[in-house]
Amino acid sequence: MSSVALQRPLRLASRALVFGAVAFVLGWVLFYARSTNFGPFIHDQRNFTITLLNGITFAGLLFIVASGFSLIFGLMRVVNMAHGSFYLLGGYIAYEVQQGMTGQGFAIPSTDVTTWEWVAPLLVAAAIIGVVGLIVQQVFLRWNQGQDLRQALITIALSVIAADQVVAHFPRHVPAGALRFGGIAVSLTWPGWTDRFVNLHVFGVQYSLQRLVMLALGVSVGIALWVWLYRTRTGTIIRAGVDDREMTSALGVNIQRTFAIAFIVGSSLAAFGAVVGSSQAGVSSGVDGQWLLNSLVVVIIGGMGSIFGAVAGSLLYGLVFSFSAVYLPTTSDNCCAQYSIVFTFALLALVLAFRPQGLFGRAG
Amino acid sequence: MNLLAGGTKSVAERSFAAAALILALVGPLLFNEYWVSFILTQTFLIGIAAASLIFLSAYGGMVSLSQTALFGISAFALGNMVTQGEAKGLHLGWNPWLSVVLAILITTAVGLLFGAISSRSAGIYFLMITLTYSVIGTYFFGQVTIVSGFSGIGGIDNYTPSIVGSPTTQPNRLYYVALVVAILAYILIRYLVRTPFGLALQGVRDEPVRMSSLGFNVALHRTLAFGFAAFVASLAGILFAWWNGTVAPDTIGLQSTIDLLVICVIGGLRRVEGAWLGAFAFIVINNYVRDVSVPVLGGSFNTIIGLIFLVIVIVSPDGLMGIWDRLWSLGRRRGGSATGPVAATPSGSHG
Repeated sequence: MSSVALQRPLRLASRALVFGAVAFVLGWVLFYARSTNFGPFIHDQRNFTITLLNGITFAGLLFIVASGFSLIFGLMRVVNMAHGSFYLLGGYIAYEVQQGMTGQGFAIPSTDVTTWEWVAPLLVAAAIIGVVGLIVQQVFLRWNQGQDLRQALITIALSVIAADQVVAHFPRHVPAGALRFGGIAVSLTWPGWTDRFVNLHVFGVQYSLQRLVMLALGVSVGIALWVWLYRTRTGTIIRAGVDDREMTSALGVNIQRTFAIAFIVGSSLAAFGAVVGSSQAGVSSGVDGQWLLNSLVVVIIGGMGSIFGAVAGSLLYGLVFSFSAVYLPTTSDNCCAQYSIVFTFALLALVLAFRPQGLFGRAG
Repeated sequence: MNLLAGGTKSVAERSFAAAALILALVGPLLFNEYWVSFILTQTFLIGIAAASLIFLSAYGGMVSLSQTALFGISAFALGNMVTQGEAKGLHLGWNPWLSVVLAILITTAVGLLFGAISSRSAGIYFLMITLTYSVIGTYFFGQVTIVSGFSGIGGIDNYTPSIVGSPTTQPNRLYYVALVVAILAYILIRYLVRTPFGLALQGVRDEPVRMSSLGFNVALHRTLAFGFAAFVASLAGILFAWWNGTVAPDTIGLQSTIDLLVICVIGGLRRVEGAWLGAFAFIVINNYVRDVSVPVLGGSFNTIIGLIFLVIVIVSPDGLMGIWDRLWSLGRRRGGSATGPVAATPSGSHG
């Protein structure tokens, strides 16, 4: 009795809490922001805009990787804990291909990279990781459908092996005369034409074209996924499978083939994201865990298996990530403590406390 | 027949347990110092952390990957409070016992918070959410340099209570402390699951909707269970801080999180005893396979650990304890008892 009577005031209080938190954050960033690097928006529009763009462009990258994770989960209920490993492996494969193509060795000046020398590694990495994903699905995940914990454990085991194997075998191209350290940080190089800053004519912001390309790629992947899922026959089948696997199968659809396709596409997206991410920030042993976390946070916030959820999750996470890195007060005696991770947790906690299924997820 | 078979099984288990206990009690007389201070002490304390995970999994249906983070929180809290002088962190220099109590309280409080946030999720969602807690915990201690920073806090073993002494020169003391705490943790878990709370928790695991309509607060039960597991994990964290002397963000990184899960899976996610069995197997394998190179594939012992993990998950999802249970039920079937279903553990999903 009391719990029912309590529900309404509790719901109101929780809404007030969310609105209060959002209002406080907005007010802080826009008007106050004492003792931060840049100060509030009203004093420094330029850096605010740059931080905003950093968040949105990072969200583009987040979306590419996390949408693949979400697609696989939505259709097959498989939490692919090896998604980060696919990212790691994809990044290194693309690096090797680019090194082989340009023949430059290690740090390639971006003026020497043509568009094709960036796109070809992307295609090769995406294709190889797509095949790897297919093999993983067929060998390890096909015979135990519905045992979600067991499947998660299997992919964790695979990610442990993959992480170690990558350290043992990559990178293969190292600077001449240098010792080969397994899993050392290497980076892909963007095509030469992207290596400049564009004038946006907004508050005098000059912004990196590479990051804008990153956003454009994220948006393109989003649009392509939307067209595929909502405007083609395969996509319709996949959405039907997400809603009701048995019913779709009973209607004569070869659901196993659909699963395989979704797994190929989802894994390839991890490699796609890895190529973009490694061009921006490099790839090294350890990014697998980082990108597994990123994918998890995005889909937990946005709701599992929903493409719009992945968009919302990427944007929220990207913005919180980029703003909390620079709009938190710093004190002189402690220059380097970063509390941004606390805000990632707060975002996650806030969403889960009020919508356990995520923003766009469906209950159950 | 069934009764008899069940009886012999529990007799066998009890004799094994008694033998293991006696061996453990006289351990320092039998084994060399390396085994006592390195392998066995580590087994006891890591087993406690694993037991907290298995408790949640077996009785609450919640496979938590944040036990490593909670374990680390208690070790970091202890390190911050107890050290002084040049150490990293807050180096408050408080009384060791006070610090231990506070570290346990802080970890339990964090556990209750974690549990409350994820209490409306179950199964695979729970796994994902707790994994993010774990990774966030690692980054927290790496980034917030006031309480730790990348290199972590060292020298905790210099500030132990007098009963523990110096873990480096008096390893037997820590050995027995860890053994006693492990036994107490085991008894506490076994006791708790028989209390009304523990029974309700198992009801929540199997039938959350029905329990909810019977008037049980499902979210509260999960939260409290999580808080209790955090308490158990905090004990392991404190023992670890004494044993290792140093705690760093890397101690509780993704690798360690997965290692703890591997331990639980090797032992078996359904029985608390498996925690120490899994810890022992893992630590021994880890210790003796470290320098072996993998044929054909290449790579280090992590590939071997991963392969063992993979094989166990595929062949026997309930780990060594599951194999043990299955052997008995096989024997029972051979014995001609056709009555009733065999109590073999279903190799289905736990979520």
